[in-house]
Amino acid sequence: MAELNQDSGKGNKGGKVRAKKAGGKVDLTAMVDLAFLLITFFMLTTSLNTPQAMDVAMPDKNKMDQNDNLEIADNRSITLLLGSDNKISWYYGQLAKPIYPPTTIDYGKEGVRQILLRMQKEVPQRAGGKDLIVVIRPSEKSVQRNLVDILDEMRIVDVKRYMISKINSDEIEVLKSEGLFND
Amino acid sequence: MGKAKVKRASTSIDMTAMCDVSFLLLTFFVLTATARQPEVLVVDTPQSTSPEKLPDDGLGIISVADGKIFFGMKNPNVRELTLKNISQKYSVNFSAEEYEKFKQLDEFGVPVRNLRQLLSLPNDQRTESIQPGIPVDSTETASNELYSWVQEARRATIEFNRSREGEKGFVDPGPMKVAIKADAEEKYPAINLIIETLRNQKQNKFSFVTGLRQDN
Repeated sequence: MAELNQDSGKGNKGGKVRAKKAGGKVDLTAMVDLAFLLITFFMLTTSLNTPQAMDVAMPDKNKMDQNDNLEIADNRSITLLLGSDNKISWYYGQLAKPIYPPTTIDYGKEGVRQILLRMQKEVPQRAGGKDLIVVIRPSEKSVQRNLVDILDEMRIVDVKRYMISKINSDEIEVLKSEGLFND
Repeated sequence: MGKAKVKRASTSIDMTAMCDVSFLLLTFFVLTATARQPEVLVVDTPQSTSPEKLPDDGLGIISVADGKIFFGMKNPNVRELTLKNISQKYSVNFSAEEYEKFKQLDEFGVPVRNLRQLLSLPNDQRTESIQPGIPVDSTETASNELYSWVQEARRATIEFNRSREGEKGFVDPGPMKVAIKADAEEKYPAINLIIETLRNQKQNKFSFVTGLRQDN
């Protein structure tokens, strides 16, 4: 790899003493190696440095009337209850008389995404063309990662209507009965 | 008849141009890379596939980890104006030197009454362990200090943008954006308290800060 210095050693024996030529070539291989190593390092660190932003919009808060709840048709909404241990319980319709009763599922590609994709097709058929509404209810045992994961799923599956709302005591009972309310 | 001479290809390549280009690139990346200050509160954010980047300016960041809440503003001028408003609201006076120090402060997590004490410490002593976090509750009164900080920071941003209106080529960047940088393992009640604090002042839009995940 490195340039060989060919006239070293016995070359000068006996013969005319040659004046060494100043300048000539400098071996730049090592320098280029180092430069590229540094380039790679800086390229990787600059692109990995900037954090991503996930935008969230909450509805306007009605301070006058706390019970001002939006009525949603039962056959349009599915509810995701975020429990502990990275698991979700979901149901379709109202909790009192669900169309699909609460079931425990996992996060990710195999779990919640399959449900969302399925319901995205099923809901317009049942509700006369109206699209799916997803209600996200994080329980106090869920962590920030769970919420971000779910919002990410909404983006991946492209659910147009979803909201984050407060969990109620009946739903906490559901989580308890499914063993998803542990510390 | 002369023998055909086999030309010997030279083994050495001239690397000068390559070296030039690589150092040019290196210089570019070194200069564009922004040195990241070591953050006081270490937050391990969750990951998402969201393509949006966090804006560099006009941003207030609320960091949460281990139940501690820190607040920081990106723009040093906004920081100064915010502190002025806070100093009036909580009747705590700051000296010119303290304002200058506060302008350099990226994030902090102390109640307003302990802020002077924090500013009196040198940079390397403002560790996480001595900062108990900004007090937050579900009210809209002075006891909810995060509420005041966010509100005053938003006001200061408007004030600052207005003061720059006359400048040539100035485009109003709009109101301050709020980002919540929460630890992946932070329990929801702490997050909820912050979300409610923001909603109470009609800051209904905000961002969660996340890392980038390649696969979905």
